[in-house]
Amino acid sequence: MDNTIEIRWHGRGGQGAKTAALLLADVAFKTGKYVQGFPEYGPERMGAPITAYNRISEAPVTIHSNIYYPDLVAVVDDSLLESIDVTHGLKKEGALIINTEKKKEEILPLLGGFQGAVYTLDAKAISIKALGKNYPNSPMLAAVVAVSGVMDQKDFLREMQASFAHKFAKKPEVIDGNMRALELAFAEVAR
Amino acid sequence: MISDKINEKSPWQDITEGNKIFEAATSKEFCTGEWRTSTPVWDKEKCRQCLLCTPACPDSSIPVKDKMREEFDYDHCKGCGICAKVCPFDAITMKEGK
Amino acid sequence: MAVRERLSGNEAVAYAIKQIEPDVMPAFPITPSTEIPQYVASYIANGEMDTEFIPVESEHSAMSATLGACAAGARALTATSSCGMALMWEELYVAASDRLPIVMALVNRALSGPININADHSDSMGARDSGWIQIYAESNQEVYDNFLQAFPIAEHKDVMLPVMICQDGFITSHGVENILLVETDSVKEFVGERNPEHYLLNAKEPMAVGPYAVSNYYMETKRGQREAMKNARKVILEVADRFEKMTGRRYGFFEEYCLEDAEYAIVIIGSAAGTCKAAVDKIRKETGKKVGLLKIRIFRPFPEEEIAAALAHVKAIAVLDRSEMFAATGGPLGAEVQAALYRAKAGADVVNYFYGLGGRDITVEDFEQVYGKLEKLSSEHEITDMYEYIGLRKE
Repeated sequence: MDNTIEIRWHGRGGQGAKTAALLLADVAFKTGKYVQGFPEYGPERMGAPITAYNRISEAPVTIHSNIYYPDLVAVVDDSLLESIDVTHGLKKEGALIINTEKKKEEILPLLGGFQGAVYTLDAKAISIKALGKNYPNSPMLAAVVAVSGVMDQKDFLREMQASFAHKFAKKPEVIDGNMRALELAFAEVAR
Repeated sequence: MISDKINEKSPWQDITEGNKIFEAATSKEFCTGEWRTSTPVWDKEKCRQCLLCTPACPDSSIPVKDKMREEFDYDHCKGCGICAKVCPFDAITMKEGK
Repeated sequence: MAVRERLSGNEAVAYAIKQIEPDVMPAFPITPSTEIPQYVASYIANGEMDTEFIPVESEHSAMSATLGACAAGARALTATSSCGMALMWEELYVAASDRLPIVMALVNRALSGPININADHSDSMGARDSGWIQIYAESNQEVYDNFLQAFPIAEHKDVMLPVMICQDGFITSHGVENILLVETDSVKEFVGERNPEHYLLNAKEPMAVGPYAVSNYYMETKRGQREAMKNARKVILEVADRFEKMTGRRYGFFEEYCLEDAEYAIVIIGSAAGTCKAAVDKIRKETGKKVGLLKIRIFRPFPEEEIAAALAHVKAIAVLDRSEMFAATGGPLGAEVQAALYRAKAGADVVNYFYGLGGRDITVEDFEQVYGKLEKLSSEHEITDMYEYIGLRKE
């Protein structure tokens, strides 16, 4: 289990945190890893806080419990910081990635004294710049890949290009924008 | 006959899978006439062969041949008396016993 | 050549159905099994498979239509969960007693009430006396593999019984994992065509299915049903051997994990077995203590003698149940495993714990604690908590 990276996603129903977890499982799978991607199901409502998880490993993973001591936590919506202890169980040597328009100094007091690495990313701004719309998923996914080092960034971009080409076969004009969102996120995710 | 193969003395090994019956119309072998406590009697003189009794019989026990009814099938008639009620010509009467 | 994929448990079952391509699938949606008929309906709409999908108005109708199709001579299956299966209750027994080789994809979920949508075995455990063969899975790979083996077991002439392929709701049904798929040609060859000896649509042989059986016949009919369940033991192993030849993946009545030299063992069903394996690995690596696991795959027919033999050398055993049966004692798996051990005159101390009801999570640490309790139990031989709960809040 030592080579397994455990990731917890926090989002709100409808923002695509579950989709992001499944996408991460997808790309990690394609780069040859053993993966798990699973949501925690409660009341399914738009806007309700939801949690999703990933385990990514070089070896098969048999554990079927939720993740309580993650290596990485990704927060798709910074308004969750006020209601949810997103750093709960997060390893000291682990990292937290937050999608926010705010400065890191404004965010830090909301993290309950978490001592580990905190990364911020304005996924909304990146998405609007690259795609013209607010889809925070792709930039957050890229940020998780960049921070976790779970796979090589070039491999990730190659797999995402193939995945977008498949997904957007009927509207290829959006592929470049999505790829640009990933590249911008790589460049902008900041500690 | 199905009852030669499966009957109330058959060991469990001889009962078909799921109790299925691989023959048609096996109810003919079951002589429900044995249940009868009162018996319809047909008066051929009074009968005008209107055939109202035949479809009313719940046990198909009034056979018809060449558009004419025949004697009751007492192997299967349970003696319910519906035929006697529907006959417009009092050609069927119910008698106590078999 | 196996196909390397990553799928959720529901996707894996739907894909197996596509590969098997049954004649008829009547189904009614219920969380968390809804995706299975949804994916199958999409496959059919896209022209990727040729199956008659019947959107029925309830689960009662779903099972009725499935058994009608099967009696007519078709290969038929359905999918459901929890209260959906509860509404099929009457037909579950009819399917088994009429000896109809139906397959059901059951995504295990707690029965109401209180209403709850999460993983729990109360649905299938409640139906354990219905006469269905029950096969459980730890992972998406296992539920896929079990599904491919279902029809060859069900339709074997010595069996002719319905088969329930169970997986844990959400935990495997909605969790994406790596999986190895069998190529469709191989699946089709492995499963084969259904060639029923007797069927209702055979104009050359009129027949009656499900005739009334008075007391003079009912008991003999049920005894025949029991014989079929006994025959299933041999057939399940034969089909597993054939499956191993195709895929290299070996299946039996249960899996023994580090059990050979184990002093302390857990007996469990379903997805939590994977978490338990991680605990076994951790304890053995960190302390060298001899802990092991017996994971039940086949619950019906119950492999009583084999389980007792596999546990004969163990000092203390915890049987873990994911459903209540309100005997005010233990759960169904606990009762049956203990009966097996009693008949085999086994000397182990045994406790029976409830866990995971209504989706309550169970962790590696929980399993470590259970093994710790077993060690204590075996040294002190004093059972103070015969029927305990794991993860229950207490005063």
